[in-house]
Amino acid sequence: MGKPLATIVSAGLSKFGRREGLYGRELFAEAAKEAYDRCPNLIPKKDIKALFVGHMGESYEHQGHTGPTLADWAGLLPVQATRIENACASSGVALALGVSAVFSGMYDIVMVGGVEKMTHRTTSDVTEFLAMASDFPFEQWHGITFPGLYALMATAHMHRYGTTEEQMAMVAVKNHHNGALNPKAHMQKEVTLEKAMSSRVIAWPLKLYDCSLITDGASCLILTKPELAKKFTDTPVHIIGSGQASDAIGLYEREDITTLKAGKLAGQEAYNKAKVKPQDVDIAEVHDCFTIAEIIAYEDLGFCKPGKGGSLVEEGATEIGGKIPVNTSGGLKSKGHPVGATGVGQAYEIYLQLTGQAEKRQVEGAEIGLSHNVGGSGATATLHIYRRG
Amino acid sequence: MKMAETFPFTIEQFYKFVSERKLMAAKCKKCGTMLLPPRPMCTKCFSSDLEWVELRNKGKLLTYTVIHVSSKQFESLIPYAVGIVELEDGPKLPGMIQDVEPEKISVGMSLEVDFDTTIPSEWPTWPRYFFKPS
Ligand SMILES: [Zn+2]
Repeated sequence: MGKPLATIVSAGLSKFGRREGLYGRELFAEAAKEAYDRCPNLIPKKDIKALFVGHMGESYEHQGHTGPTLADWAGLLPVQATRIENACASSGVALALGVSAVFSGMYDIVMVGGVEKMTHRTTSDVTEFLAMASDFPFEQWHGITFPGLYALMATAHMHRYGTTEEQMAMVAVKNHHNGALNPKAHMQKEVTLEKAMSSRVIAWPLKLYDCSLITDGASCLILTKPELAKKFTDTPVHIIGSGQASDAIGLYEREDITTLKAGKLAGQEAYNKAKVKPQDVDIAEVHDCFTIAEIIAYEDLGFCKPGKGGSLVEEGATEIGGKIPVNTSGGLKSKGHPVGATGVGQAYEIYLQLTGQAEKRQVEGAEIGLSHNVGGSGATATLHIYRRG
Repeated sequence: MKMAETFPFTIEQFYKFVSERKLMAAKCKKCGTMLLPPRPMCTKCFSSDLEWVELRNKGKLLTYTVIHVSSKQFESLIPYAVGIVELEDGPKLPGMIQDVEPEKISVGMSLEVDFDTTIPSEWPTWPRYFFKPS
């Protein structure tokens, strides 16, 4: 197994959901407070030397320049603070940069995180803001929405491999089941296959229950050098693999739209660094912005062969108790998808699982975890692999 | 060649050609790569020795969707179909599929390109191409 690149000593997550009357920076303070409370030996203002935060859209709250703003609300001024925008992979990238900063020796202790406040805006405004993660002159200009891009992938996957609308709905059923066990999830309720299948069409073949939730939320992690971790916690989680790759912003420019090449390449890079194989992974949080994305992720990350993602969920292999539990948190589908907060929010779930704090959804004996965060229709992907310390 | 000076290899120029009912791509004279969207430099061999070529207005549908929830701008058209078409000359382009019931659309069907040359008054002042059954 690979050597730790950096070590998580604490983590925090705001409650996800409709957080009416709260501004994004206030949600970030909520997440930071949880991380500080978990780590009493840490003096944030003195020990934390850099903050990397994912934040996708200034349009939501008419607020740009969010790096220092969030540093202020987290009580970290005058720390160096940087906002990262890589669409829905913004905080996955923040995490990758935080890992680099620690691994390089530039800083001993850093905070990474992310935030998005979305639910106060109308669906059509949010549809427009999210579409900015796609190619404006050729996709948005011709009426292609963000769900529309994943719908184009779904149609192609169905056509090539025989993946069915039922199999996609099964991803939603599983993730809602898990979300119902997560007190911080946006939607803590089960959904039946019938209800998912008969929900209204958003972008055929994707229906309402194939789409992740527009959510408010924030997330953060505190990372340090592996040799310093014991000073702050008895239950460290080591990051042993980190990968990131890019692809053309336009879905139409890609060679094959039944796979996300950036996701595959980020995965290979992280697996190589971690010296881990897909079958060694005990638990995974993957980017299920739409149900088809989770099916494609199974294939891209090597949990099954290309085209077999639909059968993998149908067989129950990705449920809690299955061969490879995926999205125990409820995923973006049920825990919610505050875009900038998502990547680090996934890492938070892996942290809970590997430290035995996932309560009702705990996967027994989980040692190796993975998180997979995608931006846009796949122009960015990051992958991180974790080992219980 | 005066061509490059008169017609820069830009997205703006691509849409100027669309207003003349022409679908044009940039082609690298050194390695033959078709660049659509056109761009200032071949991203395969890094040459900037490029030429505009007119594409045949025919292709096959690779994939499609029918949009039921859109941004405000397109709400009056809901539900509408969009797809990605592989043109006979190789490049792929996304766009709306018109003049056909959504139920009659299928992957692999032959489509042809048509143009809506209405030019908006504010940026972006781009007309649109679209696809229809051939
Ligand atoms: Zn070339």
